[in-house]
Amino acid sequence: MGAGGLLLGRIPLSGTPVLPGRPLETVDTALKKRMADTALNAARSKGATYADVRIGRYRNQFIITREDKVLNTVDTESYGMGIRVIVNGCWGFSATDKLDTDGIAEAAASAVAIAKENARLQSEPVQLAPQKGYGEVTWKTPIEKNGFEVPIREKTDLLLAVNAAAMKNGANFIDSALFLVNEQKYFASTDGSYIDQDIHRIWPTFTVTRIDSQSGKFERRDALSAPRGMGYEYMIPDEKNKIKGLTTLYRDRYDMLEDAQLAATQAHDKMTAKSVEAGKYDLVLDPTNLWLTIHESCGHPTELDRVLGYEANFAGTSFLTLDKWQSGKFNYGSPLVNIVADKTQPGSLGAVGWDDEGVGTKQWDIIKDGILVNYQTIRDQAHIIGLKESQGCCYSQSWRDVQFQRMANISLQPGKTPLAPHDLIKNVEKGIYIIGDSSYSIDQQRYNFQFSGQLFYEIRNGQITGMLKDVAYQANTREFWNSCAAICDAQDYRLGGSFFDGKGQPEQSNAVSHGASTTRFNGINVINTARKI
Amino acid sequence: MALLTPDEAQTLLKKVLSYSKADECQASISGNEGGNLRYARNSVSTSGVSRSTELAVSSVFGKKQGVTTINEYDDASLEKAVRRSEELATLAPENPEYMPFLPAQTYGAVPQAFIPATAAITAAQRADYVAKSLQIAKDSGLTAAGYLEHGAGLSAMMNSHGLFAYHTQTGVDFSITMRTADGTGSGYSSKGYNDISQLDVQAASTTAAWKAAHSGSARALEPGKYTVILEPAAGVVLLENLYGSLDARSADEGRSFLSLPGGKTRLGEKLVDEQVTIYSDPWAPALPGTNYSDEGMPREKVTWIEKGVIKNLVYSRYWAQKKGVKPVPNPDGYIMMGGTASLEEMIKGTEKGILVTRMWYIREIDPQTLLYTGLTRDGTFYIENGEIKFPIKNFRFNESPIIMLNNLEALGKPERTVSGEGGGTAMIPPMKIRDFTFASLSDAV
Repeated sequence: MGAGGLLLGRIPLSGTPVLPGRPLETVDTALKKRMADTALNAARSKGATYADVRIGRYRNQFIITREDKVLNTVDTESYGMGIRVIVNGCWGFSATDKLDTDGIAEAAASAVAIAKENARLQSEPVQLAPQKGYGEVTWKTPIEKNGFEVPIREKTDLLLAVNAAAMKNGANFIDSALFLVNEQKYFASTDGSYIDQDIHRIWPTFTVTRIDSQSGKFERRDALSAPRGMGYEYMIPDEKNKIKGLTTLYRDRYDMLEDAQLAATQAHDKMTAKSVEAGKYDLVLDPTNLWLTIHESCGHPTELDRVLGYEANFAGTSFLTLDKWQSGKFNYGSPLVNIVADKTQPGSLGAVGWDDEGVGTKQWDIIKDGILVNYQTIRDQAHIIGLKESQGCCYSQSWRDVQFQRMANISLQPGKTPLAPHDLIKNVEKGIYIIGDSSYSIDQQRYNFQFSGQLFYEIRNGQITGMLKDVAYQANTREFWNSCAAICDAQDYRLGGSFFDGKGQPEQSNAVSHGASTTRFNGINVINTARKI
Repeated sequence: MALLTPDEAQTLLKKVLSYSKADECQASISGNEGGNLRYARNSVSTSGVSRSTELAVSSVFGKKQGVTTINEYDDASLEKAVRRSEELATLAPENPEYMPFLPAQTYGAVPQAFIPATAAITAAQRADYVAKSLQIAKDSGLTAAGYLEHGAGLSAMMNSHGLFAYHTQTGVDFSITMRTADGTGSGYSSKGYNDISQLDVQAASTTAAWKAAHSGSARALEPGKYTVILEPAAGVVLLENLYGSLDARSADEGRSFLSLPGGKTRLGEKLVDEQVTIYSDPWAPALPGTNYSDEGMPREKVTWIEKGVIKNLVYSRYWAQKKGVKPVPNPDGYIMMGGTASLEEMIKGTEKGILVTRMWYIREIDPQTLLYTGLTRDGTFYIENGEIKFPIKNFRFNESPIIMLNNLEALGKPERTVSGEGGGTAMIPPMKIRDFTFASLSDAV
């Protein structure tokens, strides 16, 4: 969460309505191509040396409930076009929802005029990495069941059943929500690409609250779900995708009802849990916790635009400066640490066929055997690190906003030797096993961070001895990753992620996944967060 | 289309309501025209313009409600939006908390919120402002990254019970970070106004440049409790979390820092130092705001904290009815009263302390104590014997605004400031606070 770190940033509630319970009607590809060509020709005729156009049709459905009430059902569609141009070596951008020939020409002219005006502020011309045109191509998120085709009533009934299950198990309150997103994006550029993509995302979530009326104290437990680049199949429980232990953890299918029942019980247990004694502990971090630490301490600092200073006024810069990468031996983490960027990972939030400037997606190494080996970048910055092509990290949250560098899926690779979480815990003398994400904060260059969690279990001499509360861990990024002592194998690998990752001015939201297996970090500073007012 | 006159808005909304077959119908329109220019590495990076409107239609049958939004305005599209909201309403379960739409209300106009010169800013003006800022960076041998954004907005609402509300507002925000070439110094400044004539890009850029030039080679102080002076741009990011938590329902439900055992709350209790008085007022000359709430309630001047006592909380119409009290809409901006001392005078009066100019990445740790964590950023300085002595390395803090406002030593003259996190504006004085808790050091510059 770069800018303002807005994990749960603005929810795009705007758009044109579509009939509930029906999928988004697609726009005829031939029509989109005609509109795109109109825009590209208009831009070229006004002097653009490069132009691209994104025609977006976005549908969102958000269902918000609490206890026995459906508070809101929002169903929107938004349709429009964004035109980006280079004129006199400078970028210009304009967006419109007036999609007739005049409206498109007007927007193209506006983008060109802005570029011409701003060229006097430009220190050096924009330099784009070469990109071949792909011709007419398509890509779809490989979903099994379209969430928009599931009747609204079925979805509200599920959320109300989840709420009832939590209340029956002793919760005082539960807030639950289901978010569905469908991005239908058509990209065309003067390079000769015409790319049609149909992208789906889903996120079920809740917060259970339990109150002790005598003391006035309360505890909360959030859902252990992950937002995913999947269809409604994610909502269909499957025993094979469950990991049973202190609580149930989920791979590629989620059991929201079960998780809410467990959450109500665990919120009660948190009431009587021991307040942690501050000090050094070996931490065993479940992927439901570690994904956010990866996001903040590796995902953001390896974004090249941050390294170069493009985010200095808002999201910040990065401690992973070019000289460290150029040395070829900057030790980011222990030799166990291998972190990859991947825009193709099935089921992930960031998976697409092509990015928002028409670059084909791929996987590449960021940290190899503990050493910083690469960044994440886009076409107008690739040359700065000597790349011949972009890595495909360009994204815009809507047709209204200009595309810029956004995080790829960034994931910690599983350990190469067989290791399960219970085997890992067996070797810990004094530690804490942490499940779920909670409070998170990191400085603007990504050195100093502090994270909390949902569930904390004390480990003594290889045994779980009970629940803890008031836990947060605080570390320096490089010291933390160098303390990585063991990583469980691929059987434990799971995806977490952020549905609303904020960055940029004006701020935009991105969705990105982070995979990991349960991992051990030795000697991490743990603080006690209890206070009195 | 983006900025309709009151008559145009009435005509459009009346037409929308004429298509309704529901028990109740409410339509609201919002529109915005604006532009932005972003720069970094002493050069323009991205820039654009936007012009957009949105019509929301809410239809109700009994206690079943459906909401749709649209951005097309031909008759067929308007009728389609109404039909679809009605279809959604019929599919929705009953909401036992549904409150019927309000009848006609009286709203005082806030003409000072809309400044024509701000609404008329051009691409050339944007470039001129940024050129001034870039020149200061170049003259100082610094690297600038900044952002200028301006807009003119409309909001209007009408319902089948005769309510009509209308408001227009303009705004311009500017923020600038200057960094030294070697990356050891960084300074920040941000300003926001309704009126472009109040924006002094050169002054803000000069402030950021001074902080950058004087924050290199920072020394490390031991983490611990220190007396701090928080500049308004620093204080606002912690205080906005306090403002956003003044909610009656969560307090009554027992899940707020305002909750007490047995279902009681701290409403009426003295919770912070008696120097603290916080209010909101749509007609405040320095911070004019929207005159009606999302529920259509007229906004009035409300005192939230008076001499340290919690005087008012936000009550939604539903919760107010359940509790038998008057509803209190959420405000559009907050004003914290202060004194007359300037920041410089407060520094002069400080024997030992730390000047914090910006805070960053503020996140809640514990809602029961309103405990937040975050970091200092872009210029942190040690004060001794009334002078800024040397720059210091940034700290992480774990602190509650409630504890902080109990340790208040002095308040300076309030000024309008923009949150570097939430983006909201408020009037905040510089604050001198004892025993502010810094938990650890950060290497970040």
